[in-house]
Amino acid sequence: MDDLEEFRMIFFQECQELLQSLEESLSSIENGNYDNDTINAAFRAIHSIKGGAGAFGFDGMISFCHNFESVLDQVRNGHIDMDHNMLKLSLRAKDIVADLVEAAQSGNGDLASMGGDVLKELEYTLEHNKAPAAGAVTGSSGTQAPKAKAEEKKAEAPKAEAPIVTQEDDEPQERDVFITFKPEADLIRAAIEPLKLIDGLNQLGATTAEVLEENIPSLESFRADQCYLTWKFNVYTTASLEEIEDVFFFAKEYAEISYQDERAEKAQAEADKASQISQETSSQDEASSSSDENSSEAESAPKQKIMPNNDDADKKAAATKAPVTLRVDLGRIDRLVNMVGETVITQSVLAQQASTLSPEQHGGLLHAIESLSRQTRELQESVMSIRAQPVKNVFSRMNRLVRELSMSLDKEVKLVIIGEHTEVDTTVIEELSDPLVHMIRNSMDHGMESPDEREKLGKPREGTVKLSAEHRSGRIVITIRDDGRGINREKVLKIAKQKGLISEDANPTPEEIENMIFLPGFSTADKVSNVSGRGVGMDVVRRNIQALGGRVFITSTPGKGTIFTMALPLTLAVLDGMVIRVGTENYIIPITSIIEASRIDSHQLSILPNGTRVVNLRGQYIRMINLGNALNVSLNSSTPQVIIVETEGYGQVGLLVDDLIGQQQIVIKSLETNYGRVEGISGATILGDGKVALILDTDAVAAMNLGSASYANSYNFNEDEIQEKVS
Amino acid sequence: MSQPAVDLNTKVQNSLSQDRHSDQRQFVTFTVEGRAYAVDIMCVREIKAWTETTRLPHQPEYMRGVLNLRGSIVPVQDLRCRFGMGETEANNNHVVVIVVIEERLLGILVDTVSDILTVDGEQIKPIPSGAVQVGEDFLEGLVNTEDGMVAILTLPLLFNKGFGDEPAQ
Repeated sequence: MDDLEEFRMIFFQECQELLQSLEESLSSIENGNYDNDTINAAFRAIHSIKGGAGAFGFDGMISFCHNFESVLDQVRNGHIDMDHNMLKLSLRAKDIVADLVEAAQSGNGDLASMGGDVLKELEYTLEHNKAPAAGAVTGSSGTQAPKAKAEEKKAEAPKAEAPIVTQEDDEPQERDVFITFKPEADLIRAAIEPLKLIDGLNQLGATTAEVLEENIPSLESFRADQCYLTWKFNVYTTASLEEIEDVFFFAKEYAEISYQDERAEKAQAEADKASQISQETSSQDEASSSSDENSSEAESAPKQKIMPNNDDADKKAAATKAPVTLRVDLGRIDRLVNMVGETVITQSVLAQQASTLSPEQHGGLLHAIESLSRQTRELQESVMSIRAQPVKNVFSRMNRLVRELSMSLDKEVKLVIIGEHTEVDTTVIEELSDPLVHMIRNSMDHGMESPDEREKLGKPREGTVKLSAEHRSGRIVITIRDDGRGINREKVLKIAKQKGLISEDANPTPEEIENMIFLPGFSTADKVSNVSGRGVGMDVVRRNIQALGGRVFITSTPGKGTIFTMALPLTLAVLDGMVIRVGTENYIIPITSIIEASRIDSHQLSILPNGTRVVNLRGQYIRMINLGNALNVSLNSSTPQVIIVETEGYGQVGLLVDDLIGQQQIVIKSLETNYGRVEGISGATILGDGKVALILDTDAVAAMNLGSASYANSYNFNEDEIQEKVS
Repeated sequence: MSQPAVDLNTKVQNSLSQDRHSDQRQFVTFTVEGRAYAVDIMCVREIKAWTETTRLPHQPEYMRGVLNLRGSIVPVQDLRCRFGMGETEANNNHVVVIVVIEERLLGILVDTVSDILTVDGEQIKPIPSGAVQVGEDFLEGLVNTEDGMVAILTLPLLFNKGFGDEPAQ
């Protein structure tokens, strides 16, 4: 039972990989790289999924994959053109397969009923392109796929015959196919009626049957529920071998079936050449397959073996470049990361303790501690790199979103992905999907014009959404750029005033207006659609991104398009921080938000009528926040320092602190596990002395002082006091 | 790292609680301002001497900040202050009892830890009606011992206010 569960898990993992490879192939075709390799890769992916589905009995999935695969097969045989519509259909079919896999995995949903419309289209496509292909035993035809696993196994069996490859005849041809059908004991109990099978063969062509009775036992040992007969059929048909095999699809587990195809035999000579390759590749395939095939089946029916030449070559190519990877449960890696985190803390405790020792007496020890510190840092980096994943895993999901939105919004939109190999920690990857979905929806719903409108404006009918990722100064920066109409600033401003989000007489800058779409309760959509318009998208996006220590903002050029920019930390597990002291406590400010630190003179300080202090730094006035007030502790240094930080929504802000202690890498710990959220604090860490230090959320600190009147008042601290401290 | 440990701990506790067929219960007793209190021993994770904590901005007055318990950030509450008797001048003789409440760790600052008390269920006497006000009903019952009365605390009721916002799940 456990084994089966494990196989199932492997199968679903594989499905994910195969779906991704299918997606890649199809996108590659979409980008104009249509060649045999690509279409073969797509075919193989769906073929393998079907094979696995067969092994686990996901019938709805098998039949859908089967049709999809048949269509792809016709495409690669050149019977169907991979035109725009075909590509669209393939992409949609791929999405359905993804749904099917998901439904099969969760056990929810009726597999057979899913994707009905796409299935119909596939069937229709097949139907209308059937004529040239029917009957041609194209060695590569997809319909034989349920047997794929058996074939692959058989290649290993010593008596396996050489694969049979037939030339791709365009003309349907009638010929004799000989079938030996030897049921095993279970056939009747599995509710399979031999007569039905014979009827099935009759439909394909004139069938004669010979019954062998030699296995009938004496009456004493005769069991009524067993089938002791063996049949030899001779079918004169145009149907392909695959179609014939399909007749026995449900029987094949309960019987030995062998096929002998006249036409196929002609091609056998050619195929002998391929057998070598096929053995190699099939064993490789088998290693990755989750099938637990019935072994009796593998030994019988040697003639089932059909292995196309071109496929083999491809498989071989794929095999040589496959990187050596190891699947590891994420939980294990997390445990490792946590352990390393603890080690880093212990190491810094050790280093701090040792710093008081005299180098003369303890030279060896100090030297060892220094090595240890270097090694733990390396260890940490290596461990973090294990968890790093390319953003591709999330980006490729957006293809589907864009496709589906294009359909439901009646717009033509192409998604272009750049920098998909950019790596970030898996903790961040998981958090990327939701904001991306929201922003892409927003771009496509609000930004993108309808095709007709675009044409009138002299733009290409098809709009482009460009999704890109790059590393920039220790963060991952993701931009979503559309070439739509841009943000209608007047409309945004009007709505913001109407909804009371800003005061009537406010006079914001264009940039500020654009970023108003992130305000809670803001929505410009005239009507609520299922895509967007409920006014809960963008503010949630911003909140979530900020909670991750990231920022998001928007810029737009009217008529030209909109750019969402989202910057996130590369990991949510560690950060480089500046340790500062305020009063008696140490705090951490993330290095990424710090612009500079400086001492200020009293003449640089001014005070606004509402009590807000500003500092004149090289001609720029910057708002000052006394961190002592914000954190409810008192500054006690006679020479406070200012740290200028960049904040989201409040520009540059100066934080008044007692002292800068130093920069170090810290392991982020949650305050919320045992306590809860604290305003102005994003988390905690443990410093070298074993004490907890809180990590400041500078954006929240800036907002806190701006928003609350009580802070503004307490902020109005004694003028003389600050003069004294600063001078 | 510490999280699974907590889960495990809770599980062990649950299973132990279920196994306690006899009516006997065990409590850890401690004193605050000379009075004796007790908490169910199954809630107690460990007992450690007071160390300096890190204060949280705008913490309630009965909060004594957070401490590092082998990598976990654990909030500490001042029980004396929670009972309205003013802040404890904590020193090395004071003790923090680390307890698990609804899978979260909490430190309770008390004066001393006295003993482990084993009592039969019937020895736990109800609180006289009207003796405590609504909202202060965090006492489960009273036990009379040789050394005087011990009040048994119901931790979840006592500390439901002790956490910040509900943690994001």
